[in-house]
Amino acid sequence: MAVLSESIRERIKALYSKYPTRQAITLPALHMVQDEMRYVPLEAVKEIAELLELHPAEVHDTLSFYGFFKDEAHKLGKHRVWVCRSISCVLRGGEELLAHLCEKYHVHPGQQTADGKMTLEFAECLGACEGAPCILVDDNCEMNMTPESAEALVDKL
Amino acid sequence: MSRPEPVLLARINTPDSASLETYRRDGGYEALRKALSMAPEEVINEVKDSGLRGRGGAGFPTGLKWTFLPKGHPGPIYLAINADESEPGTFNNRILMEQDPHQIIEGIAISCYAIKSNCSYLYLRYEYGKSYRALEKAIQECYAAGILGDNVLGTGFKLDVVLHRGAAAYICGEETGLIESLEGKRAWPRIKPPFPAIEGLFRKPTIVNNIETMACVKQILQRGAAWFKSVGVPPDPNNPRDAGSFGPKLYCLSGHVNKPGCYEVPLGITARELIEEYGGGVPNGRQIKAVVPGGISMGFLSASELDTPLDFNGPGKVGCLGLGTAAVVVIDDSASMVDVLYNCCRFFSHESCGQCTPCREGTAWMTKIMYRIRSGQGELRDLDLLMEVASSIGIIPGTTICGLSDGAAWPVKNAIKKFRGEFEDYIKAGKSSIKPAELVAAH
Ligand SMILES: Cc1cc2nc3c(=O)[nH]c(=O)nc-3n(C[C@H](O)[C@H](O)[C@H](O)COP(=O)(O)O)c2cc1C
Ligand code: SF4
Repeated sequence: MAVLSESIRERIKALYSKYPTRQAITLPALHMVQDEMRYVPLEAVKEIAELLELHPAEVHDTLSFYGFFKDEAHKLGKHRVWVCRSISCVLRGGEELLAHLCEKYHVHPGQQTADGKMTLEFAECLGACEGAPCILVDDNCEMNMTPESAEALVDKL
Repeated sequence: MSRPEPVLLARINTPDSASLETYRRDGGYEALRKALSMAPEEVINEVKDSGLRGRGGAGFPTGLKWTFLPKGHPGPIYLAINADESEPGTFNNRILMEQDPHQIIEGIAISCYAIKSNCSYLYLRYEYGKSYRALEKAIQECYAAGILGDNVLGTGFKLDVVLHRGAAAYICGEETGLIESLEGKRAWPRIKPPFPAIEGLFRKPTIVNNIETMACVKQILQRGAAWFKSVGVPPDPNNPRDAGSFGPKLYCLSGHVNKPGCYEVPLGITARELIEEYGGGVPNGRQIKAVVPGGISMGFLSASELDTPLDFNGPGKVGCLGLGTAAVVVIDDSASMVDVLYNCCRFFSHESCGQCTPCREGTAWMTKIMYRIRSGQGELRDLDLLMEVASSIGIIPGTTICGLSDGAAWPVKNAIKKFRGEFEDYIKAGKSSIKPAELVAAH
């Protein structure tokens, strides 16, 4: 049975006219799959390759380059919470923030919580340095975080 | 001090600043209309005359880059907009895209017309969700209003703008890494030449420009090249290779400073003025130890170098790599340079694409050596070893394909040269500054 939903197939096909090659749709397609399934199954790689007229190995090559995409063994929780560990955030308590969340939710960076609600990760500079330390929840940035406000944010997810 | 009126950031505090309605009310898309009434070559000349240099980090003259495209090419020609903004400390592109996306789209439309391109891809780092939504809405508004599409402002000029999201990798900001990533491949930078202007995206002639560069283009067409050239610093007569530092610049100020933020200031302000007059100085009465002049790739200014003008020429005179992205990170005397340098090294080894052995291995070993030093196990000769590695990786020594490794080398070279005493004291003390917090979150 196909793993790509009909809606994803339609959305991939809708992009054909925007690029001169189908290969350029690899990243958009991988995003669609991971958003919906929380990882990219090998079967999806094959189906994307079929749609984009590529060899599955070409899609997999791209996927594996970006640590952003996860395989089955590293399936993401419902939300991704990224804590910035680059210079401006670290000068203002980024490491402590990450450590606090690790301890509080019993996870190491890259792991998801037992209830599957979130995967905690470290991020390189999130580009919100005026509000350091900052956190990205999925793709929404939250600035000027304290351990308490970060905890409140996670608890609301 | 009287502050110059912002131009690039003039609209960011307007209510509903991102909408087409308010943008048009403020005179938006009139500069595009003006450009469309000119010949494309005239638009290029206007940008050339302004002295605009790219804002993405390399400072290459924008108008000159545009003239590298082959003449009379049948097309397609592409404009790839670099919104991967990932250099630590940098966030000006984000503010422009979130708050005033139409200014960017107008700059893109003017630039496409100038270079005879009918299609622009905007490569946006994935983490910028708010920028993505602001740009997507703005692009839709433009298609509906006939500003994009088959008949731009009724002139018959055809233009499509396609938003493309990245996947959290710094190397996608290097222009040929960006091109490979956009093509759906791993973001391995290409060997140059050929440069993108000759063979770029989808093997067609391509111009890659930064978001802030696009905002400048729009303002140059609106206000004229002479206005742009009246702001900033003329070329240094003692440096025949300096093309001058004209125009306003969006400096990003962060770290140990009272008022971090993005400030629009004429190019050439000194680090001290920026920190004191715009940033409100350093908190808690502390002293400045070091300042990153333009993203960590550029290295460090020491406390005695704070009067360095932050123009394209200034940071290089005190041993930094350049102005970079003009992201200024203030480090006060409570911080350890050992910790700061370790953080820089870790960033670059994490972000090296792994294609060139000197970069992949060099960045990894510098990180390991810095970890050893930090953990109290370092030896004095490690400092020379770090310098040796740092001096041998990069396009400057000629051992790698792209400039990431020069950016990895520079903080090491600057820190060890300018703060050697601190590193030696640290090593001699034999103690570890690794915080318990970091061990909890060890990864
Ligand atoms: C490792 C590396 C990362 C870069 N990251 C960016 C970036 O995030 N954004 C950017 O505009 N330029 C970045 N650049 C510079 C680009 O290669 C290119 O010079 C720039 O996008 C050209 O645009 P401009 O002329 O308008 O500045 C990077 C360069 C290197 C070597
Ligand atoms: S210098 Fe480093 S980042 Fe650049 S291409 Fe080589 S390995 Fe990749």
